[in-house]
Amino acid sequence: MDRVMNFLASPAMKVVLLVAAILFPWVAASEYQIYVMALAFVWAIAVYGLNIITGYCGQLNLAHGGFFAIGAYAVGLLTVDYGWAFWPAFIAAGVLGAFFGFLVGVVSLRLKEHYFAIFTLCVGFIIYLLIEKWEELTHGTLGVISIAPPEGFGLVDFTETIPFYYLVLFFLVLAIWLISRISRSLVGRTFLAIRISDDLAQSLGINLMRNKVLAFVLSTTYAGLAGALLAGVVRFIGPDLAEITHTFDVITYLLVGGIGTLMGPLVGTLLITWITQAVQSFEEYRMIVFGPLLVVLVIFMPKGIVGTFLTWRGRRLASKAPARRAESRVGDSSDGNQGEAG
Amino acid sequence: MDAFLQQALNGLTLGSIYGLVALGLTLVYGILHVPNFAHGALYMVGAYISYFIMVEHGLNYWVAMLGAGLVVALLSVLCERLVFHPLRHAPPIHDKIAAIGILLFLEALVQMHWGADFRRMPTPYTEIFHFGSLTLPAQRLLIIVGAFSLMGALHLYLKKTMTGSTIIAMAQNREGAFLVGIDANRVAMMTFAIAGFLAAVGATLFAPINLVYPAMGHLVIMKAFVIIILGGMGSIPGAIVGGLIIGFAEALGGYYLSGTYKDLIAFVLLVAILSIKPTGLFTKGVR
Repeated sequence: MDRVMNFLASPAMKVVLLVAAILFPWVAASEYQIYVMALAFVWAIAVYGLNIITGYCGQLNLAHGGFFAIGAYAVGLLTVDYGWAFWPAFIAAGVLGAFFGFLVGVVSLRLKEHYFAIFTLCVGFIIYLLIEKWEELTHGTLGVISIAPPEGFGLVDFTETIPFYYLVLFFLVLAIWLISRISRSLVGRTFLAIRISDDLAQSLGINLMRNKVLAFVLSTTYAGLAGALLAGVVRFIGPDLAEITHTFDVITYLLVGGIGTLMGPLVGTLLITWITQAVQSFEEYRMIVFGPLLVVLVIFMPKGIVGTFLTWRGRRLASKAPARRAESRVGDSSDGNQGEAG
Repeated sequence: MDAFLQQALNGLTLGSIYGLVALGLTLVYGILHVPNFAHGALYMVGAYISYFIMVEHGLNYWVAMLGAGLVVALLSVLCERLVFHPLRHAPPIHDKIAAIGILLFLEALVQMHWGADFRRMPTPYTEIFHFGSLTLPAQRLLIIVGAFSLMGALHLYLKKTMTGSTIIAMAQNREGAFLVGIDANRVAMMTFAIAGFLAAVGATLFAPINLVYPAMGHLVIMKAFVIIILGGMGSIPGAIVGGLIIGFAEALGGYYLSGTYKDLIAFVLLVAILSIKPTGLFTKGVR
């Protein structure tokens, strides 16, 4: 039992996951499954973005779906209406995500807790209304069709599902790697300090505003890039992308997996995507289950799957080896920060 | 000038509904410090219950309103007992997420049970009054009179009765309220019941000049949030004044600026206000 647990939390597990992800197209039953997996990876990148500001930094951002839509629309409109190629538009999506994130962040992050959540809820709604009503720019309710796929420079064809799957996988791994670097750095620790207490962090000499804006811009950049990838794979987008339900989906993924943990966003997104897929007819009414699930989770299991697992393992380790406690703390410091983050 | 007065009248109608919804929200915030995102869903459920009491059971408008008010009040208390009460000591992010969970659940449930169609609620009051060049449909008059009499009744309840005073006391100072022996659970349940009742009555008043559909609460609740931020979270007069400000801004802005973007006005106003004064317009001191 302990060996299983240690393995699950070890770096080797990440290699196993990566190998499994690389081999997935060979074991998948149909191309459709690969497609679903690629979509899940795209959403997972967005969830990682939300995890930075909400999980590590403790600010509930309810405009995340809006920034996701900004990224998707940047790619859609630049490629369809302005004749850009996918990759420049992809970069533009990231830049726009960061730019709008900065604008919104500078204003909204001066607000605390409830005010911030309500403010971002309104920002998300403004984004949605603008996309829906500003027909000259966004095509309104018609949406944007036949978006350019990522060009493979003659080497690969990203309109095929399998090459696109690997492309998304590459970005997902990059995203997770970057987050793991950030969460272990001084910046990541600073975010945690802010989540634990604004006042305490400030009295430690942390510049609240600068760090919060940094976390927010990082998270909206992730959202923008994830949206851009979605536009590249689905190649049709409509204003419903900016609807608040997508933000709530992302929050559900994050909470189920484990808010503030490194692997939580991935676990939550994959689990819920596949459960939803398993009961297809259920898609439209998924909130009948997800709604109460959210409530039950925050009451009984607020740390999510990964967070609960890490806490449980931490307790077991601590009680089993009191003599080795000091040693294991030093040795486990890399995993330890995930535990604390949970 | 006539156009202005006509729009001002429309603004008054909108504002009194917004005020009614915002009142419930601000009461709950004052007691529990929870921004109840599920409040819009309660509003929506209220409209549906009235609609079905009237259309399927053929009962009177007023009976439907009362029935919806009671059912939603019960539902609201249930939310408090099952969700917000267990979470009262949790970190602030949790009760917000739980509130969102309730919102999603109620919306999906209504959509599954009654479908996503837009419905028009019948009203027994279809006359149109003319005052000079101004026109005022009876339903709008009913909204204004109904909303303000409810606000008046709530004011009397809070100021003149013992149970009302306990709500005020707890909003002013939790510890102080406990010290004088006020039962926090009772006050919380009472507040949620009042909030739910106001939301359902507001929805029943407003639905005949609007439509009934599962997402009908979205805009209203977000505007109610804008209102209570404007008026100061937890402030009762603030909610009423804020509701009127947003109502007038929307009616006049929609007429003079742009009809397409009129729903944006409230949010742009919020962004502008919070950019200048991060704690809201009428709040005293720092939270």
